[in-house]
Amino acid sequence: MKLLEYQAKEVLASLGIEIPAGRVAHTPEEAESACRELGPVAVKAQVPVGGRGKAGGIAVVETPEAAHAAAQRIIGMDIKGFKVPLVYCETALEIAREVYLGFTVDRDARANILMLSARGGMDIEQVAEEAPEAIARLYPNPWRGPLDFELTQLVFESGLGEHARALTAVIKKLYRAIPDFDALTAEINPLVITEEGKVIAGDAKLETDENADFRHRDLVEQYGAILETDELEAEAKRRRLTYVSLDGEIGIIGNGAGLCMGTLDLVQRAGGKAANFCDIGGGARAEVVQNAMDVIIMNPRVKGILINVFGGITRGDEVARGLVQARDNLQLKLPLVVRLSGTNQEEGREILKQNGIEPGTSAWEAAQKIVAMAQ
Amino acid sequence: MSILLNADNKVLVQGITGREGSFHAQQMREMGTQVVGGVVPGRGGSEHEGVPVFNTVAEAVHETGADATGIFVPAPFAADAILEAAACGITLIACITEGIPIQDMIRVKDFLRAYPEARLLGPNCPGLLTPGVGKIGIIPQRFSSPGPVGIVARSGTLTYETMAALTDAGMGQSTIVGIGGDPVNGMAFVDVIAMFERDPATTHLAIIGEIGGSDEERAAELLGRGSRLKSVAFISGRTAPEGKRMGHAGAIVSGNRGTAKSKEEAFRSAGVAVAETTDQIVELLTKA
Repeated sequence: MKLLEYQAKEVLASLGIEIPAGRVAHTPEEAESACRELGPVAVKAQVPVGGRGKAGGIAVVETPEAAHAAAQRIIGMDIKGFKVPLVYCETALEIAREVYLGFTVDRDARANILMLSARGGMDIEQVAEEAPEAIARLYPNPWRGPLDFELTQLVFESGLGEHARALTAVIKKLYRAIPDFDALTAEINPLVITEEGKVIAGDAKLETDENADFRHRDLVEQYGAILETDELEAEAKRRRLTYVSLDGEIGIIGNGAGLCMGTLDLVQRAGGKAANFCDIGGGARAEVVQNAMDVIIMNPRVKGILINVFGGITRGDEVARGLVQARDNLQLKLPLVVRLSGTNQEEGREILKQNGIEPGTSAWEAAQKIVAMAQ
Repeated sequence: MSILLNADNKVLVQGITGREGSFHAQQMREMGTQVVGGVVPGRGGSEHEGVPVFNTVAEAVHETGADATGIFVPAPFAADAILEAAACGITLIACITEGIPIQDMIRVKDFLRAYPEARLLGPNCPGLLTPGVGKIGIIPQRFSSPGPVGIVARSGTLTYETMAALTDAGMGQSTIVGIGGDPVNGMAFVDVIAMFERDPATTHLAIIGEIGGSDEERAAELLGRGSRLKSVAFISGRTAPEGKRMGHAGAIVSGNRGTAKSKEEAFRSAGVAVAETTDQIVELLTKA
């Protein structure tokens, strides 16, 4: 779950990290009263994607009237495909120094990596490329977390030794997001050091692991709904499907992420474009297949459906039964091509045939067929 | 010959009484795999379809001498099941379970350093299969046949597709190994490829990768340094849209690696043929 800035900041605050005073505003009126209460504020679009400043999603305002106008402009705006649901009005900080603090999963090392750099701000990726030594790194032991001396080393290595005490305290708190919330990535950029030596989170990004949602029901309930800006994705999630909206016209259902991605590739190769990625996973049962089809036909752009199932853990007869049932229940009128093989494939293909669905044998052939039928 | 799994391995199934564990334990036995026990806490002392069930892996190892395991337990408990297997001296662990929290797997990886003998496949993988010998996991044996092609893959279903096409084309397989699609997993491509390199029965190699991470790039580097295997690589997800990225942390760590393009280029420059569809994998291997 990629949290919005204000949500990430609330989580950081719950870990004891200082954040600037701010108010969430769903309407221009709320932004106006936030400014009346807080004084001059930055009105910031809340979207789970970077680059909103450059896209015009941030306005610094002095008066409540200006806050009203800024919120009116920003709420509902489209930033990289996300419709801005609300803004966050936050007081400006007196900045003495901006640093970068973050952690993420280093896939190659199969470990969490903590990173600290004195060169915080907008250009951190450039710093990483041009002067990688300017970013100090630590791989904390995942069972016990970082030790005090390791953090002290990290801070001195990054050239921020004069703020060692304040910074180690903040890093320790940020690290808690891993054991406490199953965070995969957290980033405070800039982490602001004020004239008085206080350390405050100027911005915040936080992504938690959806595989661990079962351990964090409260977080999901509190923050999950507002993040779902795509109606079909939201609907698919309610039905526990792995579904990503794309902008083509062929609905795709497959089992296994690799096969599903491979099916998208084949559809594109055949001259079509996928409308979605929908992985029904291992152990797919009739109701899962029907759920997937149901969501796909909610998309008015879909002109045909391609189902590609090669069963290991998924049994072909169950998939076939689910397909027939789903087609009948949904009174499907769209072209449908099914490629079914694997465990119990003969039984599955027999069921399809008996019910008037011709099963394809190769995925490439099936992809060409559906692209032709959808034209 | 084969890698990782041979006829002597004594295999446990952790979670044998569950729907999937039960079905696939049966499939494993039908293929001739020595399934010597199941592990389900609280069900010890019973039998499941003729297989003795134990409460703990320790008990099972003590009673049966098991040295390998397939894990089918639900995601919230699966990481612990891996730790338990490693701590009890199991040396081959195939974790089929999908949806294990990534932080759980990071802790597992750290724990496994104390057990260098323990090899982990997965999680979120189909396990492994040696045609004519046995399997751990869920790879459907009906599509396999013995022969010289080693397969190592991140995706389960694409693996089946490839082995089925190879079998149809008259090219059998030495061992088929699923390493799993999760970002934090056990054995990497390089680990499995190094084993195939030493296996005299393997002369050809199919590598089935996916976008994300840089395990494929590392595999390409390894093969580029010299290999006796005739290899073909396939990368799934070339048309997948880039994830909507929010922070910079991922980019700082991985730079430009991880795209289908980066991986395909890495293989090409290492002299490995790159297939654009799964059908082409077979075409290129038969030509190689």
